[in-house]
Amino acid sequence: MPDIFEVTVDDLKHLVSERAVTGETMLLNMGPQHPSTHGVLRLLLELDGETVVNCIPDIGFLHTGIEKNMEAKTYQKAEVMTDRLDYLNTVGNNLAYCMAVEKLLDLDVPPRAQAIRVILTELQRIASHLVWLGTAALDVAAMSTFLYCFREREDILDILELVSGQRMMTTYIRPGGLWRDVPVEFEAAVRDFLKMFPKRIDQYEALLTRNPLFLDRTLGIGKISAEEALNLGVTGPLLRAVGVKWDLRKARPYSGYEQYEFEVPTRTEGDVYARYLVRVQEMRESLKIVEQALNKLPMGPVRSNNRKYVPPPRSEIGVSMEALIHHFKLWTEGFNAPKGYVYSAVESPRGELGVYLESDGGPHPYRVHWRTPSFDNLQALPLMAKGHLIADLVAIIGSIDIVLGDIDR
Amino acid sequence: MEEKLQPIVQQLEQAFGVQASEYRGDVTLVIPRERIVEACQKMKDLGFELLSALTAVDYWPEENPRFHVIYQFTSVSQNLRLGFRVPVPGVQPTVPSVAHIYHNANWRERELWDMFGVKAEGHPDLRRILMPADWEGHPLRKDYPLGYEEPQFTFNFDEIDVRKPYAKE
Repeated sequence: MPDIFEVTVDDLKHLVSERAVTGETMLLNMGPQHPSTHGVLRLLLELDGETVVNCIPDIGFLHTGIEKNMEAKTYQKAEVMTDRLDYLNTVGNNLAYCMAVEKLLDLDVPPRAQAIRVILTELQRIASHLVWLGTAALDVAAMSTFLYCFREREDILDILELVSGQRMMTTYIRPGGLWRDVPVEFEAAVRDFLKMFPKRIDQYEALLTRNPLFLDRTLGIGKISAEEALNLGVTGPLLRAVGVKWDLRKARPYSGYEQYEFEVPTRTEGDVYARYLVRVQEMRESLKIVEQALNKLPMGPVRSNNRKYVPPPRSEIGVSMEALIHHFKLWTEGFNAPKGYVYSAVESPRGELGVYLESDGGPHPYRVHWRTPSFDNLQALPLMAKGHLIADLVAIIGSIDIVLGDIDR
Repeated sequence: MEEKLQPIVQQLEQAFGVQASEYRGDVTLVIPRERIVEACQKMKDLGFELLSALTAVDYWPEENPRFHVIYQFTSVSQNLRLGFRVPVPGVQPTVPSVAHIYHNANWRERELWDMFGVKAEGHPDLRRILMPADWEGHPLRKDYPLGYEEPQFTFNFDEIDVRKPYAKE
């Protein structure tokens, strides 16, 4: 085998137009190291002047083999890796994984744990949208928005640190409930954020929503139709921006979402601007959910009482022999899950985050597959980018809100 | 099983002569490999617009079937979910491509080839997607070992360093 793997134009003949073979159009690499590709994404572009004729994404630079690695760990220990998939939606990844495990085990989750899960995932959704808003605005040269967004994101990360001790890789949600109850300062911290944040969203909107420079860069750019979007498996804000009202929190409620009142914002234009409006509105809706969940936060335990799957509280270990045995068994060999397979999905900030989990009856997952939303959303990029300028391509990538850790797994 | 799903499952059971199974509310049908394109077309016609997931499971050392290829469909208009499983033998594993019906199957089938070595026949662009193009083997197969890095300590640093695979000098 040669040391350097070479690809010639002939190998790519079926992907580019004939004009590329004759040299009439230019083939250009964008990335993997490029500030506007939001990670390590390589795009092979076929250009006619500055117009994109073909766009061929090349992914896998951040492939970490998490699916393979999870097969070698017990169910509890494999969870630590889920944080590293979509690193802007760590709590959401934990939730997706824990819900799949709970579905497999038929495990109950106490109402208090469910409500806290909802609060944290919604805060995480806002944090993720803030990173998107900041970087997407930066892509179209709005520097100040980026600084404001990251300032507010910091407040959310502080709340995550308060409950879990970690800013990003929390692993706070565990199969059967939570790691432990929230500290007493939690409610005040979230209330402070709820009070401050609506005004901040108004500020972002004042900077962008009617800004003629922003409108010039986003209106009518990267359009896609509803039919094409569904056929390409596009989900999340991208799908809602083409007028399909599909949100798993509403359509197939989980973790008690049916108790909360909120709207699913949709637009019909399907361009970069529509995606911006949908996501900004989603932040406001998330605030509503957090407020309702906090107002009726039930008291009670935060972990299931099923000792065969969920470790006992620390206080019991010193006084109960059974608790000590359970603790020891759960943290050494883990639990044996019943044989079977489940598919469970949650609405991540980017779309449908699904987990396919199969068990062979042992303490390790036999197969874990992550149906990550960015993977399918990125597939729509060539269609969106066709016929636009390179500068618009940058805005389109920003509007898809890809996270490469989510794509490459 | 959800009420709305029952007529659809019955229709599929009759059309393909199979029996649906249910586990924790997930309904799955085992479809023979030769008829998967037909079955996917049928799902599309029945209003399942989204192909949510396409992946596989390796049951090595079992050989026939060694793999189960998994298709997970979602109907946005009717709010339903349904799964297919397609058994594939271990010798020359292939499935017919469904990328012309569900366009996102394009990358998903490339991932299937990359990770499991299950070839999608009739796929327009079957290259590796996550691993480097010159990679050997298919990592998610059960007979593919999970790699690890040997930890170096003071007493055996040089000994391990000699056989460690990284660019030297």
